Amino acid sequence: MDCKDAQKLLDSYTDRELDLVHTLEMEKHLRECGACAERHESNQALRSALNDPALYFKAPADLQRKLQSSLRRSIKAEAPARIRVWRWLNAAVPAALAALVILIVVPLLHGPSDDEILRREIVSSHVRSLMAGHLADVVSSDEHTVKPWFAGKLNFSPMVVDLKNQGFPLIGGRLDYIDNSPVAALVYQRQKHYINLFVWPSRSESDADTEMISRQGYNLFHWSKAGMSYWAISDLNRAELQEFTRHIQQLAPK
Amino acid sequence: MLPHLDGAYNLARWLTRNPDDAEDMVQEAYLRAFRFFDTLRSADSRAWLLSIVRNTCYTWLQQNRPGDLAAPFDEDIHSGESDSADPATLALKRASHRMLKEALEELPAEFREVVVLRDLEGFSYKEIAEIAKIPPGTVMSRLARARQRLKELLCNRLKGS
Repeated sequence: MDCKDAQKLLDSYTDRELDLVHTLEMEKHLRECGACAERHESNQALRSALNDPALYFKAPADLQRKLQSSLRRSIKAEAPARIRVWRWLNAAVPAALAALVILIVVPLLHGPSDDEILRREIVSSHVRSLMAGHLADVVSSDEHTVKPWFAGKLNFSPMVVDLKNQGFPLIGGRLDYIDNSPVAALVYQRQKHYINLFVWPSRSESDADTEMISRQGYNLFHWSKAGMSYWAISDLNRAELQEFTRHIQQLAPK
Repeated sequence: MLPHLDGAYNLARWLTRNPDDAEDMVQEAYLRAFRFFDTLRSADSRAWLLSIVRNTCYTWLQQNRPGDLAAPFDEDIHSGESDSADPATLALKRASHRMLKEALEELPAEFREVVVLRDLEGFSYKEIAEIAKIPPGTVMSRLARARQRLKELLCNRLKGS
C-alpha cells in the first residue's frame, strides 16, 4: 500500500470500517510511514475531541412534553376518518379472521423451539434494560466493584473485565432473570451503543462455538466456554460486536 | 419516553445551527413518523427516524436558508491531496470545545452531517449511507474530507487565538 491509497482509506481505518486484508496492509504501512502515522494520530485526536459530551445537544426537557401534546392533537384530528374505516371493517373482519386462523395460527400451534424462546428472552431483556432506563444496578467502570457486587446474589461468580482500552468501556452490572434463573448482565458501551453481556452456568458440559444471530435489528453472539454460557447483544454493527466478542473470549477462563 | 429524541434533536440542532429551529424540525419529523411508532422500538428505527429528521431539515433549509446548502462543493476539485500540512495532534488536543463547535458549524451541511452521524451518533458507514442517501463509498470520501477541513479550520483558529 502506498501513501495515496493509505490517505484514501485512513478514515475508514480509524472508524474500523476496513476489511481484514486492508486493515493488515494499513497497519503495515503505518509502521513504515511517519507522515501517514502522524495523520492517523491526528485523526484519533480529532475523534476523541469530538467525543466531548459538550458537543452533543441533548433534547431540552420540555421538548418531550411539547411533542406529546402536538402528537395527541394530531391523533385526535385523524380520529373521525378512522371510525369510518372501522365501520367498513366490521363486515370484513369475520371473514378475514377465519382466513387468518387457517393460514397463520394453525402452523404456529407447534410453537417456537426452546432456542428461539431463549433468543426472544435475550432480546426482550436487552430492550427492557434500555427502555426502562435501568441499565445497571451497580454503575461502575471498575471490575473490582462490579464483580463483588454479584456475590451473594448469584450462585456463581461471573468474570468481569473492563475493555476500556479496547474501546468498549464497562458501564456496570445488573441482575437479570433469563431461562428461569437469575443471571449476570454486564453492560458495556461503544459510542452511543450499549452492549449487554449475559452470563450464566451452561446446562451442558461441552463448549459451544460462537453462533451469530440477528433478531429485530439486534445482533446476538452466543457461545459456551468452560461451563459458562455467554450471550452478547447490541444494536452495534456485526463487525464491531464480533470484535467485542473476541476480546471477551480471549480474557475469559479457558 | 419518545424513542430516539436526543439523537433527533442533536442532528436537527447541528443542521439548523439554532435551538428553536431544531425543536420545530423535531416536532415536524415526529408528526410525520408518528403513524409508525409501533415499529419504532427496534434498533434500525433510529436510523430511519433520523433520516426523517434529516429530510425535514433539508427541505426547511432549502426554503428558508438556501445559502446554507448552496456551498458549491465539487467533490472532484477538492478531492484528495490538499497540500496543507496535517495539523499537529498536540494542537488538536489544545482545542477547546467552543472552538470545535464553531469549526464544525462552519463546515458545509453535507460535511457537517456525516461527522455528526459518525462521530457524535456512532452510526456505521452503511447506516449513514441510508440516512444521507449517498453511496457508501461517498460516505468514506466525504468523511475523510470533512475531517481534514475540520482540522484545518481548527488550526486556523488556534493560530488566530
